[in-house]
Amino acid sequence: MSDSRTRILADIRSALNRAGPLPESIARTLESRLARPRANLQPAIGADRIAHFIDKLTSVSGKVTRVDRIEAVAEVVAAHLESHALGDRLVVAPDAALDGIPWSNRLSVERRAALEEDRLSVTGAYAAVAETGSVVLLSSPESPTTLNFLPDDHVVVVFESQIVAHIEDVWARMRKEKRAMPRTVNFITGPSKTGDVEQTIQEGAHGPRRLHVILVSG
Amino acid sequence: MKSTATEFKRSVRVSLEDADLQRAMGFMKGGFVDKRRAAVERLPEFDALRKVARGIKEHTLQNLDFYLEAFEKRVAANGGVVHWASTPQEACDIVVDICRKAGAKRVTKSKSMVGEEMAINEALERAGFEPVETDLGEYIIQLAGEPPSHIIAPAVHKTKAQITELFHAHHARYGYSERQTEVPALVDEARKVLREKFLSAEVGITGANFLVAETGSTVIVTNEGNGDLTNTLPRVHVVTAGIEKVVPTREDVSTILRVLARSATGQEASVYTTFSSGPRRRDDLDGPSEYHVVLLDNGRSQMLGNEFHEMLRCIRCGACMNHCPVYQGIGGHAYGWVYVGPMGSVLTPLMVGLDEARDLPNACTLNGRCQEVCPMEIGLPGMLRQLRRRQYQNRQTSVTSRVALALWSRLARRPRLYRSVMGAAVALLARLGRRRGRFRHMLLAGGWTSVRDLPAPQGSSFQNQWRRRRREARR
Repeated sequence: MSDSRTRILADIRSALNRAGPLPESIARTLESRLARPRANLQPAIGADRIAHFIDKLTSVSGKVTRVDRIEAVAEVVAAHLESHALGDRLVVAPDAALDGIPWSNRLSVERRAALEEDRLSVTGAYAAVAETGSVVLLSSPESPTTLNFLPDDHVVVVFESQIVAHIEDVWARMRKEKRAMPRTVNFITGPSKTGDVEQTIQEGAHGPRRLHVILVSG
Repeated sequence: MKSTATEFKRSVRVSLEDADLQRAMGFMKGGFVDKRRAAVERLPEFDALRKVARGIKEHTLQNLDFYLEAFEKRVAANGGVVHWASTPQEACDIVVDICRKAGAKRVTKSKSMVGEEMAINEALERAGFEPVETDLGEYIIQLAGEPPSHIIAPAVHKTKAQITELFHAHHARYGYSERQTEVPALVDEARKVLREKFLSAEVGITGANFLVAETGSTVIVTNEGNGDLTNTLPRVHVVTAGIEKVVPTREDVSTILRVLARSATGQEASVYTTFSSGPRRRDDLDGPSEYHVVLLDNGRSQMLGNEFHEMLRCIRCGACMNHCPVYQGIGGHAYGWVYVGPMGSVLTPLMVGLDEARDLPNACTLNGRCQEVCPMEIGLPGMLRQLRRRQYQNRQTSVTSRVALALWSRLARRPRLYRSVMGAAVALLARLGRRRGRFRHMLLAGGWTSVRDLPAPQGSSFQNQWRRRRREARR
């Protein structure tokens, strides 16, 4: 196995007309490129990031509801459960940002990772990207990844201030906050879909059938 | 998978007469070609991004050893393990060994072209495991016992009616006895059947669209969400990837993503783009506790130093095959191996041998559409021509073609002789074909006239007409 490693690296070097690893000075330049990455060309997007985000996400069948305070999330989720007949149980990410939501007593709310039988999950997000209409979730004890994929319905609470313009802004923000890569970074852009049967787009392939972003202003 | 590319000509005939295949391929234009064009037109920066993306890949390839070692170091720092494999066999052994140590019975898989190169499903089955493809298209062809016919839409050759019958035949044992004939019901049934598999697998295998040297991450891009259930639910996550998949930074991935989704499906972004960096962290509530990356060479390091090195820029979007008139006509199976269409006609001879795939470099009209739409600006027609040259040099071309080419080159290099021979030939053909305007049979052109008529020349040769016009213009 380590033989193959040696052989592959040697073959690469001989293909590149080199006897050994890169000279120290070049390797250092490349290391510093890795240590301080810069964004390449980025497509222009309009000045109104929020409108752009909403436009992009709704164009790929994501739903966006705007509310003016976190407390209002409770009603929006209750209405979602009712309109899709999903029962009265939900699983909410153990995320401190979601602590202040006054869930109705009629609902059974659990704060944990997802289980097979969960029908609706509510999570926060690390960021949202206007360019693509994506929400960005970093795995952590507060944001277990199964919540993003197992339930039929995924509700994501996003604060307007979390919307960045481009994908690269997410990386820049993580570096600024000295945040290491978690096990998983999920960019989610709409509900799960497939085109594998005669190229007909069908939602709800394996992941959530519906993606509902509740956008909290302020 | 064993290559059947030597059977190309026979397979083409079968494909052209397969009514279901021809019907299924008919959906391709509206599906891929039109959507790509619309997506590219909506992004004014597309061409500039393509140049940048190409530059990133070139830079990485020129320093491939450095970036692979950097990637490996960071995977280890994240708590994962990198394995290196020169051959598909070696890569299979590594994966089988990981599954054994994990005490696995069932192994879920999301789509991986390197997995196809390795023929990992056969290897897993031989070792007593149950591999389950979870991408809907891959699942369909796994049930059918067929190889993929497209690199991003593996079941593009299947009609809905065929899928109905497949599911009906295979899902009865899970209690689904009704025939589902509509797309939503078919997708829903597969969702339910596969959910059980996701939840019970001990190992999940994914491919990788990118490896990120900066962070030791592997990146997958999917629409169904099966890749994420595969890399989140089982106890062990294995990634299989070619060594050319590495790029320096997350910023570089971000750039290439912008041309990848648009070129592949015409989407601005795929539904799920996922960066995986090692096993679950100490306090995480879910995620696998082991993370392995298997890097496969399989001829890639050889390509790096020769005239086919551009091919290592390929990001497996499928645009070349979507726009290829030959692929559109015959579908993917005729190509006989894992990679199909123009990119397959270059890769298959390089990976399984030119002798094993001698018809593929010739299954091309050199119309150049593949290169035009390639997000990495890979000179596919030029490389196919290069392979033809190799065949000629290795004497792998048929005697008839060799003699014909030798005669032709003698003629073409003598302008006066060429003009008089061609002038006479065209005049003769024009006279012979005057009545019908076309030929049903033609000496030395049986390959052409067996399936269509050869139009007769309408007058004199091009060069003669050109000279006459110039003379008239001067007057």
